Amino acid sequence: MSALLFQNVRVIDPKNNIDAMTNLRVLDGLISEIGTLTPNDNEQIIDGKGCALIPGLIDMQVSTGEPGFEHKETLASASLAAARGGVTTMIIMPNTQPVIDDAALVDFISRRARDTADVNVIPMAAITKGCNSDQLSEFALLSEAGAIAFTNGDQSIMNALTMRRALSYASNFDALIVHHAIDEHLFSVGVMNEGELSTRLGLSGIPAAAETVMIDRDLRLVELTGARYHLAQVSSAMSLPAIEKARADGLHVSCGVSANHLLLNENDVENYRSFAKLNPPLRGETDRLALVRALEDGVIDVVVSAHNPQDADAKRQPFSQAAFGSIGVETLLTALISLHHAEGIDLITVLRAVTQRPAEILGLNAGTLSIGAQADMTLVDIGAPWVIDADDLASKSKNAALDGRRVQGRVEACYVAGKPVFSRLDAQ
Amino acid sequence: MTSRTKYLQFPHRHLLGIHGLSQQDIIALLDRADHYVALNRQQNKKGDALRGRTQINLFFESSTRTQSSFELAGKRLGADVMNMSVASSAMNKGETLIDTAVTLNAMNPDLIVVRHASSGAVALLAQKVTCAVLNAGDGAHEHPTQALLDALTIRNRLGRLDGLKVAICGDITHSRVARSNIALLNIMGSQVNLVGPKTLIPKDVDRLGARVFHSMREGLAGCDIVMMLRVQNERMSGNLIPSTREYYHLYGLDQEKLDYAKPNAFVMHPGPMNRGVEIDSSIADHPEKSLIREQVEMGVAVRMAALELLATNLDGTPR
Repeated sequence: MSALLFQNVRVIDPKNNIDAMTNLRVLDGLISEIGTLTPNDNEQIIDGKGCALIPGLIDMQVSTGEPGFEHKETLASASLAAARGGVTTMIIMPNTQPVIDDAALVDFISRRARDTADVNVIPMAAITKGCNSDQLSEFALLSEAGAIAFTNGDQSIMNALTMRRALSYASNFDALIVHHAIDEHLFSVGVMNEGELSTRLGLSGIPAAAETVMIDRDLRLVELTGARYHLAQVSSAMSLPAIEKARADGLHVSCGVSANHLLLNENDVENYRSFAKLNPPLRGETDRLALVRALEDGVIDVVVSAHNPQDADAKRQPFSQAAFGSIGVETLLTALISLHHAEGIDLITVLRAVTQRPAEILGLNAGTLSIGAQADMTLVDIGAPWVIDADDLASKSKNAALDGRRVQGRVEACYVAGKPVFSRLDAQ
Repeated sequence: MTSRTKYLQFPHRHLLGIHGLSQQDIIALLDRADHYVALNRQQNKKGDALRGRTQINLFFESSTRTQSSFELAGKRLGADVMNMSVASSAMNKGETLIDTAVTLNAMNPDLIVVRHASSGAVALLAQKVTCAVLNAGDGAHEHPTQALLDALTIRNRLGRLDGLKVAICGDITHSRVARSNIALLNIMGSQVNLVGPKTLIPKDVDRLGARVFHSMREGLAGCDIVMMLRVQNERMSGNLIPSTREYYHLYGLDQEKLDYAKPNAFVMHPGPMNRGVEIDSSIADHPEKSLIREQVEMGVAVRMAALELLATNLDGTPR
């Protein structure tokens, strides 16, 4: 029987609305007690030194390069980065080589993760074969193999009939469809937000309408089919009213945003900085502020890292040829804590978007410090300032949009089922 | 000229764009170019400002006039000039760019002149080399020597660059010439009118310091200079304009449309021209109104001035 007692910690659990300086006990990998606790014999005592003890994060959008692009990221390297960032559950995108569109491949991911990763790894499977066809993948078989939801990753489903069928068929099993909603034709050869800056830099712009047009279509189809739908990433303020309305109409719609879109805006691509080349693109400052407010108001449910490792060859290119995407699983928590400090959003609100809400949307028994829950936890110093240096991050690829950013909030330790998977604490 | 003022004459390591230059920088370049206009009209055109220097013309995008203009400019100043036309295999352009930059830099050139199809590519290359870099056109971003030669042409004809009204007509979205000219004319205190169909005018371009018009009649009204831009054939396939015939009908410069501008207005074109698409031959070849051939002549002089001023900042140049 293994026991851990956390003393002198600020326990924050969004699901149970707890935010208090107290103690927490872990027994056999499960949370057993919270409150004023006295140490037992043979119990390991951890002095939290006033740090926050929060549920381990659930990152709903992580790409690794395994299988197919192991030089960019493996499940093992992504897992290490996640642990260092306080993320205890990674939801993995299916855009690998081969694409995760077969039950055997879901099983492969689960086995590889069991053997090489310390944090929980749960795959999503492709909606359509190869993520680029109009042939549905086998939702039932994939679900039974362990796929938690269905998405074509950063590929949009342009064919409205295919989307209708996918939503309709998914609703048979109450399966969740996660869509990267962007119209490829309006996206065209765009590489950044369309506006004054793209005009000045001579780069092709992506209009906000590329997103809103697709969201409007999707929401009509959700209405038609009654399916559960999650909008993977919203980038534009113009997209928010439609989501609010859909929810008010009672549709099963939820919505995510990347941490990068909450902290950065299009000006970060100035000087052709390809690390800030994202899909969807970073928008203007008014959009960023609207996204922050939407997170605060609960219009946006989930914050993801949109972790997308790209090697130097893919990024150190002229801007229009550079790959889209940024790593971020290691900086997701610190980004949100920085947002709390900078924009004055409640800590419990930002944490809800990476714990309680993704767990509810995905139907996961995680993201909480409830008694009896698995002890997936992160000990974090809320106030500690540091500067993100991409070279110090654990990912194999160093394409961090937040590289050089001054942030607050440093992970001191991370636990999965009560076992430390990362720790800066002195041996006690 | 004292050594100190020579150094301060052009305080930039590279010439990557008009953006970032001051009025004084532009005047210094144009004044020096004037000197070379005179030299180029003599029988002995040879100068020695770049003697012993190595200049590489690195063109990732095919070009006849700009490349030959830079080649002639370097040779007339006494530099050893090497032309490299990098076949743009679509496979790994970017790799080629950085690899080529590092490779060429190891050969110790003093000046590299670069053209590339991607915006920002020349600035990226400039980060990887220790010599001076001249932007000969990057994507739809900048083409600074074109704007400078346009300015020299205008200044020689009208005697000034302030208080003028200049119309730039055609495909603004894909034009680096337009962007560099908007920047330069704003710095010098002239007004820019942009004229074209909405499909070829980029978003929020008015915030760069220009007025936007969609009819030639309104856009050319009161203009001293009418600059026409080349319309690329691929714009038709992208549905940006339905046909060359319709484009010529609306925006092709003929005598009737030119009459909307000031009576003594001049016509310019960066070339190469599509006769009968954006400009009528009678205008392009008009002996008094067309400055198109003069632009080519000014091009060599401006590039000599730009190469020389950048070279003065290189190590080893006597100050």
